[in-house]
Amino acid sequence: MNLPARPLSLTLLAVAFSALVLGRAQAGGSHYFPPVSDPVVKEECGSCHLAFAPSMLPTSSWQRMMGDLKNHFGDDATVDPEIAAKIADYLAGNAADTGGRRYSDKLLRGVSTANAPLRITELPKWVKEHRKVPDWEWKHKEVRTRANCAACHADAERGYYDE
Amino acid sequence: MNRNFIISALAATLAFSFSSAGMAGPREEQLDKYASAAKAASPAFSGFSAARGKTLHTQSFAGGKPDTPACTSCHGNDTRASGRNPAGKTIEAMALSASPARYSDPAKVEKWFKRNCSEVLGRECSPLEKGDWLTFMISQ
Repeated sequence: MNLPARPLSLTLLAVAFSALVLGRAQAGGSHYFPPVSDPVVKEECGSCHLAFAPSMLPTSSWQRMMGDLKNHFGDDATVDPEIAAKIADYLAGNAADTGGRRYSDKLLRGVSTANAPLRITELPKWVKEHRKVPDWEWKHKEVRTRANCAACHADAERGYYDE
Repeated sequence: MNRNFIISALAATLAFSFSSAGMAGPREEQLDKYASAAKAASPAFSGFSAARGKTLHTQSFAGGKPDTPACTSCHGNDTRASGRNPAGKTIEAMALSASPARYSDPAKVEKWFKRNCSEVLGRECSPLEKGDWLTFMISQ
């Protein structure tokens, strides 16, 4: 039998990579962060990146973020003031230290709300959970950035980060 | 009688769909606004060009972010295929034929011109550029 070697090895490589990433992501335990349910917030916060769950950051962080959308991680993400106020209310009401508290107790461990951290990926718990992910996986073209949760957590859009 | 009713209902539906096809939708209205502004900026303005829009869409600019020198940096070279932004998020195809719901909300169109022109060109796009680009995408 004459099997085409190149496609076969490519497929095997893809399978191996997926298995690796999947296995890594599965090690996390059970982590549910309710996804954004407000359609306006989902549209405005979810068109460039995953609409991150409000319960992943404390109120102070969301307030700080919404206060400077002009410099949003290097991009100008300004929106209509009216819409911005609506988004800010939603985020504050469902933040990790308010409405979203019961989902986020572990994620906020060691976090000073006074510091108002802006990057979920710099929270101590996040760093600990992802410590075994090697550099090349972050740089993979399907991943690109630590903010691309859904690249490895297939159900991130629905709030599940545990597989 | 029943058949007559069905036939006349069909005819009415047809007539309605033709007449609504002739009415100006949000895309045409937005293009009209860009045209007025373009004419005000330059009396020599004589209409939008899909060809110029295509050039704008595919050419590289030096004034914006180094990561995104062209529209195609994220949207890809095929207007009928989906693109992908730096955060890894899929962007629906830009061609109207591939994404029929696009460009029906003028505020949304303006929002993205504002953001993306600033990222790619490092400045606002002119009404002429916006009209050319929109004309190109609607024709695609």
